Amino acid sequence: MDNPCERLAAGSVGNPCETLVPEVTNKPCETLVPELAKTPCETPSMKMPDKSCGVPNPNATSDRRNFLKKTLCAFASLFVPNLVAASEALKNAPVWILAGGYKPYEHYWGMGIDINKCIGCGRCVDACKTENNVPREPYYFRTWVERYRVRADGDVTVDSPNGAINSFDNPPPDTDVIRSFFVPKLCNHCDNPPCVQVCPVGATYQSPDGVVLVDSDYCIGCRYCIQACPYGARFLDPVTRTAQKCTFCYHRITKGLQPACVEVCPTQARVFGEVKKKASPLQRFLRMNKIGILKPSLNTEPKVYYANLDVEVN
Amino acid sequence: MHLWTNEAERLASLLKEVQGYIYPNEVELHWSILVVVYPYITGLVAGAFILASLVKVFNVREVQATYRLSLLTALAFLLIAPLPLLAHLGHPERSFEIFLTPNTQSAMAMFGFVYAWYLMAVLLLEIWFGYRRDLIYWAREEKGPKKWMHRVLALFSSDVSDRSRKFDTKAVQIVTVIGIPSAFLLHGYVGFIFGSVKANPWWSSVLMPIVFLFSAIVSGIALVLLIYMVVTPMRNKQIDMACLDKLAAFLFYAMIVDFSLETLDFIHRIYESEESIKILAELVRGRLLVSLVVVQLLMGMIAPLTMIASVKLFRTPAELRRLMYFVAALLVQVGIFSTRWNVVIGGQLFSKSLRGLTTYKMSIVGIEGLLVSIVLLLLPFIILFVLTKIMPPWDEARHEFAKPASEGKA
Repeated sequence: MDNPCERLAAGSVGNPCETLVPEVTNKPCETLVPELAKTPCETPSMKMPDKSCGVPNPNATSDRRNFLKKTLCAFASLFVPNLVAASEALKNAPVWILAGGYKPYEHYWGMGIDINKCIGCGRCVDACKTENNVPREPYYFRTWVERYRVRADGDVTVDSPNGAINSFDNPPPDTDVIRSFFVPKLCNHCDNPPCVQVCPVGATYQSPDGVVLVDSDYCIGCRYCIQACPYGARFLDPVTRTAQKCTFCYHRITKGLQPACVEVCPTQARVFGEVKKKASPLQRFLRMNKIGILKPSLNTEPKVYYANLDVEVN
Repeated sequence: MHLWTNEAERLASLLKEVQGYIYPNEVELHWSILVVVYPYITGLVAGAFILASLVKVFNVREVQATYRLSLLTALAFLLIAPLPLLAHLGHPERSFEIFLTPNTQSAMAMFGFVYAWYLMAVLLLEIWFGYRRDLIYWAREEKGPKKWMHRVLALFSSDVSDRSRKFDTKAVQIVTVIGIPSAFLLHGYVGFIFGSVKANPWWSSVLMPIVFLFSAIVSGIALVLLIYMVVTPMRNKQIDMACLDKLAAFLFYAMIVDFSLETLDFIHRIYESEESIKILAELVRGRLLVSLVVVQLLMGMIAPLTMIASVKLFRTPAELRRLMYFVAALLVQVGIFSTRWNVVIGGQLFSKSLRGLTTYKMSIVGIEGLLVSIVLLLLPFIILFVLTKIMPPWDEARHEFAKPASEGKA
């Protein structure tokens, strides 16, 4: 897999340094962090003491002290590059560019979902599983569709059999139902993502284009992000033993394509696009509809916007 | 409880138990019994250490007999504390990344540092300074590998002068003073891991670290009391009743604080009555009824509190007091384990959609199963046994006690 985009397509959004190359220089990634080569303590520690050539040393104590100091410094310096690398690499994020000319810092993605348009066919769920190699078992979903039936007495029934991958069965006619609708769910790609906050190693991160991604080569599988996600959008991949979730089909959007779920939706209930660009279809969606988001009280600032969202949905 | 060998079969059976609506990714519980064992063990560490600190900082002479035992107990459990976490990871081989590239925003990333600080800067230092002189004396009287082992453990120091003794005492005192907030940090931090998850209304509470801390103190004191009561007769020694009474008194006070905090948390939740209250009430009335109300509250809190209180109120013979303390401490252990269970497992039994409940079926074999958990809970006792052989915590083994034989106060 030479092309980084193909690596992304395989679902492993790996180490950014491996996949991304700087725009201007087009040099290998080491140049992103030139500071690493000159970690202060490393250079002196490499020098051997001049006096150590068999001649008895008159100042052995201070020599030993120096030696210990340098050894300690050298040992500590082993850890420094790792600490520096991640933060330095992030500082250079604005100049990253994916092979194929995709510039993450020029985009800011979001999704709009019109609940009135969703017919609950479940094609999006199936397309997502196929596109992203999501296990077919009914416990792992990057997207799913919920059906709500609100009765006159206030009773609400919600279901999503197998994530609605095979749509829904036809319930017997019930005159008590006053409202009924379908709600597609997926990762909300929050602007203030609790999953990113809690990840102990930074394996889940927010890309400059606003998409929350998981580096499956780096994830340790502690599942804290799954606990922290208020939307139940994450799961532990039973094969890779790492956290998985919707990536807005990152391998597709970086090539100018739509996410699979958006592409297959027969009613165009899902709208994908730029959150901030006026010409984007998503902007139009946000202008034309009254918008709701899920669990606003948690201040996660989702970028999945719902039109005609009912009060019962959470 | 069933024997689940096939993962798919296990998940399919879970699906059948779902009540109401849960998000499809929530069928599987992600933090299993191993994550219950982890806060339980760290709680014992923090509690045992705080008990030891009472002797040094607050000069509670009665519990002097348990000082070294408490420290070794804390060490034995602390050495095992990371194992359940490690075993629970999807990729344990990558766990070192927590040290190398920690996400400074993540509470969990701090685990390695809090743990290393507590182990290296507090516990090992205090034990070393406390034992240094004895290690030297033991090495002087021994031969062969044992002599060398003690010499190595003393880090080849040989100074037993009065000046060095004073220094040791001072060092122990300083480390203890640093140690108390560190022990608070260790377990408060574990509580924070849960308390800071805003997505989960069962966990998300500022009281969580404090409740964890006091339940830790309760469990630690009860554990040392149990070990002391079991080990002393095994060594053909008499149990020091003054020590035991004092331990039970501390246990009682810690339980009162713990109980008050938990009650406050409970009342606060009911009074605020947020949107999650319905599903949480359903959880407590249904799937957590036995483990929360019966085991944690009645067996683990009310019963031992009543037992210790009645012993204090009425004049009871030593024999009966010992029995009551022993049973009370045992019940406390069961209760605190159940507390951890109710937090960790209970917090995952309801859906974040607040519309349904799932269930937890523990596997018996397998890395996240019951057997592994039992082994992890037994391992510290084996380590403690070895530690007491290498560095006997008993008074008569101490050099300053060796000549004037210590008399039991019973």
